[in-house]
Amino acid sequence: MIRYLAGRLVTMAWTLLAISVLVFVIIQLPPGDYLTSYIAEIRAQGENVTVDKIAFLREQYGLDKPLWEQYLVWVTGLMQGDLGYSFEYNQPVADIVGERMPLTLLLNVATVIFVYLVAFPIGIYSATHQYSWGDHGLSFLGFLGLATPNFLLALILLYLANVWFGTSIGGLMDPRFIDAPWSLEKAASVLSHLWVPVLVIGTAGTAGMMRRLRANLLDELNRQYVVTARAKGLPEHRVLLKYPLRMALNPFIADLGSLLPQIVSGSVIISAVMSLPTTGPMLLSSLRSQDMFLAGSFLMFLALLTVVGMFVSDVLLAILDPRIRLGKTTIR
Amino acid sequence: MSETPHFVSREPFDSEATVAAGSTVSLAYMEASQSRLIWWRFLRHRVAVVSLAFLVVSYLSILVVEFLAPYDMQSRHTDFIFAPPQAVHLFHAGSFVGPFVYPLDFNLDLDTLQREYTPDTSQPLPLRFFCQGDPYEFWGLVSGNRHMVCPPEGGSLFLLGTDRLGRDMLSRILSGARISLTVGLVGVTLSFILGITIGGLAGYFGGWIDSVVQRVTEILRSLPELPLWLALSAALPVTWSPLLIYFGITLILALLDWPGLARAVRSKLFALREEDFVVAAEMLGARPRRIIFRHLLPNFMSHLIASASLSIPTMILAETALSFLGLGLRPPITSWGVLLSEAQNIEAVALYPWLLLPMVPVILTVLAFSFVGDGLRDAVDPHHHH
Repeated sequence: MIRYLAGRLVTMAWTLLAISVLVFVIIQLPPGDYLTSYIAEIRAQGENVTVDKIAFLREQYGLDKPLWEQYLVWVTGLMQGDLGYSFEYNQPVADIVGERMPLTLLLNVATVIFVYLVAFPIGIYSATHQYSWGDHGLSFLGFLGLATPNFLLALILLYLANVWFGTSIGGLMDPRFIDAPWSLEKAASVLSHLWVPVLVIGTAGTAGMMRRLRANLLDELNRQYVVTARAKGLPEHRVLLKYPLRMALNPFIADLGSLLPQIVSGSVIISAVMSLPTTGPMLLSSLRSQDMFLAGSFLMFLALLTVVGMFVSDVLLAILDPRIRLGKTTIR
Repeated sequence: MSETPHFVSREPFDSEATVAAGSTVSLAYMEASQSRLIWWRFLRHRVAVVSLAFLVVSYLSILVVEFLAPYDMQSRHTDFIFAPPQAVHLFHAGSFVGPFVYPLDFNLDLDTLQREYTPDTSQPLPLRFFCQGDPYEFWGLVSGNRHMVCPPEGGSLFLLGTDRLGRDMLSRILSGARISLTVGLVGVTLSFILGITIGGLAGYFGGWIDSVVQRVTEILRSLPELPLWLALSAALPVTWSPLLIYFGITLILALLDWPGLARAVRSKLFALREEDFVVAAEMLGARPRRIIFRHLLPNFMSHLIASASLSIPTMILAETALSFLGLGLRPPITSWGVLLSEAQNIEAVALYPWLLLPMVPVILTVLAFSFVGDGLRDAVDPHHHH
């Protein structure tokens, strides 16, 4: 087990390193940099910028160095917890981000829990009541959930809340708690605001998850050992819980790997639509204004979230399935 | 309850004819090509067939958008800004008139500064069909002005309302289909080429090429797609023409989609590589390219097409999301996502809910593609019985 964990940790480190290169390349892609547009802006205001000033600014931000050197500075900074400097806000990135990263984490974890809690019973129901009205209805809802762009779902929910309750349900907490220190009341406020984005982000994931659990469970239910168990006279719930469900559980947990990127993606756009105090809206604005270090830290953070999440799912699988932690064979 | 009559045919029993009749059926079945068999199996999936018909009609309609749309998608009607959808009626004052609309009376509420439109139910304005309306350049080649349906003389026909510039939503949705429906196809084609080439190289040669490809696909699959799409499309230069942006966006969509296909190609190739017919082809001196494309690919092409068709809906949704956030396609190119970006704030949605209508074709198309993809996947898999 320890050996397996160590192996996975090394892979994770390599993956993160590769991702950091990728992210750095992407944030360097736009022609020009923030400084160019900044200088253009100053000139447009009629002020003069001397060549010396430009050179000074370039040196200060390290933009005069070759790319690989800039990358090394950035990555070593990241490892030491220094997220770089935001040009747009004129502050270190770490100061601007504030609560955004923990709140993003909270939002995503809550969504994952929601997806599993909802998809699990529905998937089992659909599989054990195959082709019943309930199954057809739930499948239809699932397909609809997969097909509706989630940002529209968010807009419609916002609209309905506006019509029915006359309130705005954007944000993640009551306005009076913004920038307030954490307290029990603030936590309660966050929790009461959390359910809308969680519901919206989790819909597509839930739909896909329950379809897959249904398919896996159906495969197992058609096996001969289930017939044998029934023939021996086991009660129906025991037949289900004791064998096929356990077999169908493995891919269910392994699915976290495909679920996480989806949820993180969803949370970015939903946060932008509902203006949640998470990384989403700021990532968008930093991408628009070419604030590269801010965008880079957000991209890295989101990637870190999925990679670590996958590591957790692998560990869970290893605990659940001795074949994985002992042998070389992997499922699927 | 009456007794069922006992029926025995008085015809002499001709055993040869019976056998022949049975064998013609099975003969047709046995002689059918692989693609025909797949088609027959696909036809059994009724929802998928209906969806396919819907998609065919939609794609045919984008060929003649100019004719179908009542207005030009860019023509502005400054008297009808944010006009609500107009209803088509058949009966006026209890008598049949045929399809007609009531003209809209405009009134500015001076307290709330809101535009209010009320239908004037005193005079019916009959619709005109196959009539002359806004001029257009058909595919940029033939100029014309015939429309399937036009607004009545001196009236307006905004079946789905108008936007903030007084442009007809129905015409804009119909025109947006041209972009939204093709984004997925072009993107999937690109991702298909990338996936087959890269997966083919990895699966055929194995060794270090395979491990590099494996690592790269793993990393790409573990990344959240949307933030990367956003970052990449933010990197598209502002100076590019809308058409270049369109291809740039499809390329970006394809760049994150190919790993799934490449993995499928690779695992299939690994399974097939050891087969005798491949060894035979190698012995005969066939080159890798010929073996991959001539002997290996046809074996699982249908599978690839089925799984590729399942990523079209993802691409359509992605384009919608990107354009909605303002980082995808930009006006004057009109896609459903661009249209939806008008409905970004909650006030617009509360006051002018018809701005959300472009989501209907998005949902329908995505559903249809998912069903067709499911049907195809079941049809190409002879071992699959669900």
